[in-house]
Amino acid sequence: MNDMTDKYAHRPQAPAHVPHWFSGGLLPMIERYSLIWLSILLLVILPLALGDFRLGLAGKYLSLAFCAVGMVMIWGYGGILSLGQGIFFGLGSYMMAMYLKLEATANDEAASALAAFYGSALPDFMIWNSVDALPWWWKPFESATFTFAAILILPALLAFLFSYAYFKKRVGGVYFSIITLSLAAIMSIMIIGQQGYTGGVNGLTDFKTAFGLSLQTPQTPWILYLITALLLLGCVALCGFILHSRLGKVVVAIRDREDRVRFSGYNTALFKAFIFAVAALISALGGVMFTLQVGLASPSLVGIIPSTEIVIYAALGGRLSLVGAVYGTLLIGVAKTYLSENFVNFWQYFIGFLFMGVVLFLPTGLAGLLQRVSKKEVE
Amino acid sequence: MTFDILVMQIFSGFSLFSVLVLMALGLTIVFGLMGVINMAHGELMAMGSYMTYVTSVVFQRYFPDHMGWYFIIGIGVAFVVTFAFGFLLERCFIRFMYKRPLDTLLATWGLSLVLQQLFRQVFGPKEVTVPTVQWLQGAWKISEGLELPLNRIFIIGLTLVIAAAVFLFLYRSRWGLRIRAVTQNRAMAGAAGINTARVDAVTFALGCGLAGIAGSSFTMLASTGPVSGQQYLVDTFIVVVFGGVESLLGTFLSAFAIGQTQISLEYLTTGSMAKAITLLVVIVLLFLRPNGLFAAKVRR
Repeated sequence: MNDMTDKYAHRPQAPAHVPHWFSGGLLPMIERYSLIWLSILLLVILPLALGDFRLGLAGKYLSLAFCAVGMVMIWGYGGILSLGQGIFFGLGSYMMAMYLKLEATANDEAASALAAFYGSALPDFMIWNSVDALPWWWKPFESATFTFAAILILPALLAFLFSYAYFKKRVGGVYFSIITLSLAAIMSIMIIGQQGYTGGVNGLTDFKTAFGLSLQTPQTPWILYLITALLLLGCVALCGFILHSRLGKVVVAIRDREDRVRFSGYNTALFKAFIFAVAALISALGGVMFTLQVGLASPSLVGIIPSTEIVIYAALGGRLSLVGAVYGTLLIGVAKTYLSENFVNFWQYFIGFLFMGVVLFLPTGLAGLLQRVSKKEVE
Repeated sequence: MTFDILVMQIFSGFSLFSVLVLMALGLTIVFGLMGVINMAHGELMAMGSYMTYVTSVVFQRYFPDHMGWYFIIGIGVAFVVTFAFGFLLERCFIRFMYKRPLDTLLATWGLSLVLQQLFRQVFGPKEVTVPTVQWLQGAWKISEGLELPLNRIFIIGLTLVIAAAVFLFLYRSRWGLRIRAVTQNRAMAGAAGINTARVDAVTFALGCGLAGIAGSSFTMLASTGPVSGQQYLVDTFIVVVFGGVESLLGTFLSAFAIGQTQISLEYLTTGSMAKAITLLVVIVLLFLRPNGLFAAKVRR
């Protein structure tokens, strides 16, 4: 995960005053077993150290970390800056929420009583918005199997088809960023505008059970946290595997010199679309875990602000480090919690200056800093 | 009656067109000529709006007799302040990132968040409005049931004047010549004795100043809040990209097409849905013409 064979390799080496035991012994060890350290942190330290409430927050940020990991894949290694990862996060989140909402409605006595009148049980917000029948695209989400299949297939498929079409037309760089940004804006406008079908600004909320299990028991947050952490570690491992495979090398080659790879006979659009789809799938999983833990799917997680925030998670951790993205997300999560509890006004300054500072002074993020300090020779 | 509605529709389309052109002109210069993606463009517009607001407050307090003039002065103040801000921004920040367009995008996004919070703390989270000057109140009554608001006519006029001025500046003045020379071939322009760093700063500042004028004229149409700028951002970028980034004419045509489409759709559905559908259509069209309506060479 740390093979930084790229343009940042010729940065100045470590300052002389770093002690040897630190730079020569400790840091390389941190780097080598980074995934194991992360597993220990997520699976042992955090659950032991945090109470119920803080663990819930950690779980929420871990579900955002899925997007950050996807961002490292497409931006750090693929060179594609997508400002619309919130779309896929939102797709996963809303699909899960639709299932949970229908399950809550089916078990709700008042709604069942009205079912005779409407033909089938209608979620409460649809009744408030005088929608008189369950829309056809809500129907399949009554089935858990369909919901799971849709979550695994739909975001990835959409991402693949959309990005393949544009990459094939050689739309890239900032144009792709602007298009994805616009799509994120469109999606949040649509969700807010179609209140009767999507819950509008309020989003979908008020879930009682998930797959027959209550969401209110004291053990639930712990179980969901552990599932999130394991799933996230699995995603990091999967991405690491992809990047270490030959496919990953081709992707890096495309980032650095797309035309040469194309001249060598590769269909570069296919490779780029593939990792874009992988990132979309991972983001959607994050959305699912977010909805399960927070009990909400909301348009405020889809638009341009959350979509761009994902970029800074990845940038702070290090755009070339999958593990770094998780740390970056957690660090920003800690900062956000601390600042919004103590200095409300400073949160936005903080995130704004972080964007500017990281980009200007720390293009490889914290992982890059670590690497520089540890004097690791590259190439 | 139906004729009146048609005229009103077309007029609204023109009004939106002028607004889009004003928003996009500055960005066309910054993005098209310099290749800098300025995500804080919306916040510069908001800065222009706030400057006009400040001017109106100053006039109300010190020169209440000359209130009729404040709006003209306000536009000037907005231009000067945003121009100066843009100049400083380029010298202190943007110029270190010319080689990294995607990073510029992120850094200016950070800047936009900082500016929003700054507006929120200086001017308060509530939206502010400026008084409409006497000579822009009311409407031009053509016939019974057909009235065109004066402030919208003024903005259409202002847009045409500004666009003509930008055209003359770029294609008929020494500075414009320098800017185009640097855009086309930076090394050769430098060899011919043009101070390219200075040209960069002036070009960027000019784009920012135009954003200021846009923001200033928007105070006639809507109130200004800390996040007003962000609402313009996506539209502005879409207009510029759809037009073909470095073409003024392209910006005009794309603003016209987007404006008329959106207004026509608003007749059929709600405003926000009309906007979403228009943006979607543009994105699909960008798939067919990835370089926009008018494509030409860009600086590498």
